[in-house]
Amino acid sequence: MTGFVERIRQGEAKGLIARNGIFIAFIAFMIAFGIGSDKFLSFNNLESVVRSSAMIGVMALGVTIVVISGNLDLSVGSMLSFGTVMVVDLHDKIGPGPAILVMMVCVLLLGAVNGFLIGFVRLNSLIVTLGMLSAIQGLTLIYSGGKNVDVNPSTQDTTWFRVFGRGEVAGIDMPIIIFFVLAIIIGFVIAFTPYGRRVYAVGGNPTAAVFSGIRRNRVVFSTYLISAFCVGIAAIILGSRVMGSQNNVGQGYELLVLASVILGGTSLLGGSGSILKTVIGVLILGFIQNGLLLLGYPYFAQWIVTWVVIILAVWLDVAAKRGRLLSPIA
Amino acid sequence: MSQTSVESTPVQASGGMKANLGWLVRHPIWAFVVMIFIFFSLMTDNFFSLGNFENILVQTSTLGLIALGMTIVMINGNIDLSVGAVVALAASLTVDIMGWPMFESWGNWQILPAVLAGLASGVLLGALNGLIVWKTGVDAFIVTLGAMLGVRGLVFVYTGEQSFFALNFAYSDFGASRFLGLPTLAWVFLIFTVLMHVLLSRTVHGSNTYAVGDNREAAVNAGIRVGPHMMINFMIVGFFAALAGLTLSTQMGASTPNLGRDYELWVITATVLGGTKLTGGAGNIIGTFGGVLAIGILRNGMNLMQVPAFYVLVTLGVILIAVLFLDKQLNRKGGEELRI
Repeated sequence: MTGFVERIRQGEAKGLIARNGIFIAFIAFMIAFGIGSDKFLSFNNLESVVRSSAMIGVMALGVTIVVISGNLDLSVGSMLSFGTVMVVDLHDKIGPGPAILVMMVCVLLLGAVNGFLIGFVRLNSLIVTLGMLSAIQGLTLIYSGGKNVDVNPSTQDTTWFRVFGRGEVAGIDMPIIIFFVLAIIIGFVIAFTPYGRRVYAVGGNPTAAVFSGIRRNRVVFSTYLISAFCVGIAAIILGSRVMGSQNNVGQGYELLVLASVILGGTSLLGGSGSILKTVIGVLILGFIQNGLLLLGYPYFAQWIVTWVVIILAVWLDVAAKRGRLLSPIA
Repeated sequence: MSQTSVESTPVQASGGMKANLGWLVRHPIWAFVVMIFIFFSLMTDNFFSLGNFENILVQTSTLGLIALGMTIVMINGNIDLSVGAVVALAASLTVDIMGWPMFESWGNWQILPAVLAGLASGVLLGALNGLIVWKTGVDAFIVTLGAMLGVRGLVFVYTGEQSFFALNFAYSDFGASRFLGLPTLAWVFLIFTVLMHVLLSRTVHGSNTYAVGDNREAAVNAGIRVGPHMMINFMIVGFFAALAGLTLSTQMGASTPNLGRDYELWVITATVLGGTKLTGGAGNIIGTFGGVLAIGILRNGMNLMQVPAFYVLVTLGVILIAVLFLDKQLNRKGGEELRI
């Protein structure tokens, strides 16, 4: 007992709270909303929240890898529009299987362009992906001719393509399963394989990584392929769920995705963060939205709360590393 | 006489050429602006006319005003992603407040408190962003990303997701008015461009801006109060975002809660096209003005050539990356890594 008190005195507990602040915040949120609304903690409600967060979550997995390696990806939003429009449009023309294949190849190509420019040409990731955001948005509109696309209503209920967005396995919705399976795979790769350690090394200290024989260019390139792959999966979920797509369906998602990655505690400086934290960050955003709605607040109140939560979360993180609450800047 | 002049011209010309080349290397965007200017003048009938140039200035004034503020914040080594949301907030506040019953008897003067409130909202939110960046030490990218969502949320909650219409027509008349042969909004943009250029290149605050962005620690050691300095710059960009919201709503005579969506991305594009570094310490208003014109001329010219708007997006994206690539080739300093 005394040892515990001593450890608190020495600030160990403070550090523990600060390091795992996101988990504590998550539990606090759940308890607060659970008390505030009796519907909140019901299985149906929890399932619907996780399902509606699954798409952002899948994209956030890829972006987490990019951010850990010290870069940014702002093109995921318009890449999502592109992928969804393409897979929905091709569904009736060449069948669901080939449609998914062609779409994945195209999205991966776009990711490869990102990766080439940032990994090999070494251009600034923020600006390259900002340029790609605009360019891909244009490509989407060129592809669709500005029209919305949808799957032929007569086949919507019979095609096996519907399984990704509307299917269930053992009573659990398919998007949730895809999200968690992908999270486990990517989480395992990034935490327990040599490749994962290379990603952390490149983000933590690029110079040291290069001197220890890591091919920085290739690692950065690969992170953008992973990010594009995740966007492709998200596009399949979205297309399958809605069975149609607008040209700007992913507009603004890049920053929402980034917000949930940051909320999880992955540092934009690179070299730290984890998939588990991102999953929690995504779920917190989803539960804030749902909880506030159930408590009767307007839909957009969640964004105001998100504003406060993001800044508090990152502040806590920064303050714990620095050992003091306020910045020493004069 | 003629002999000497013939001999002296080449020397002068080459000297001038060198100076011009140096200027162009420093502002590669202006070479591009001249190129597309000539291109569109030759390719379309309607591009090369005073009326159209006025159009371009008015169309880009919203983007341009915010870009002026963004330049100074980015030279500081910070960034502001919340400008688009501030545009909507200032526009909604202004258009709403001028319709308040308490100002009904004021006649056209009811616009004054509305405009002041709109501008004040931008300055206050800028101050809030700056204060958070200063006191918490959280990166400006994250702070303003949060504000981008939060302020947009505020706008939606405040407006109840409704559009507002300006009941006082003097307000929308101002948007269409002319002054000394130019649209008033063009004057607003040009005058603030000159003011910001003077602020950046001729004042202590301006040189501090470069010093802070170049090496924050050295700036602290040199006695610059970095925190308040950055806060002032955030207030400046907030002011410009609010002003852009006002100019936009005077043109429409209304405000919508979605106003200014994606503006942050366009403004950053214009600023980066103009040669301002995200890493801080480099950039200037002349370049930013060029970047804004480049976007404006491209949109306008491609529109006149009846190219669908989609291709403008692709072109802009490609040009942004190309300028970044050229910049890297031309101004190779080595060891410049992204610091976000």
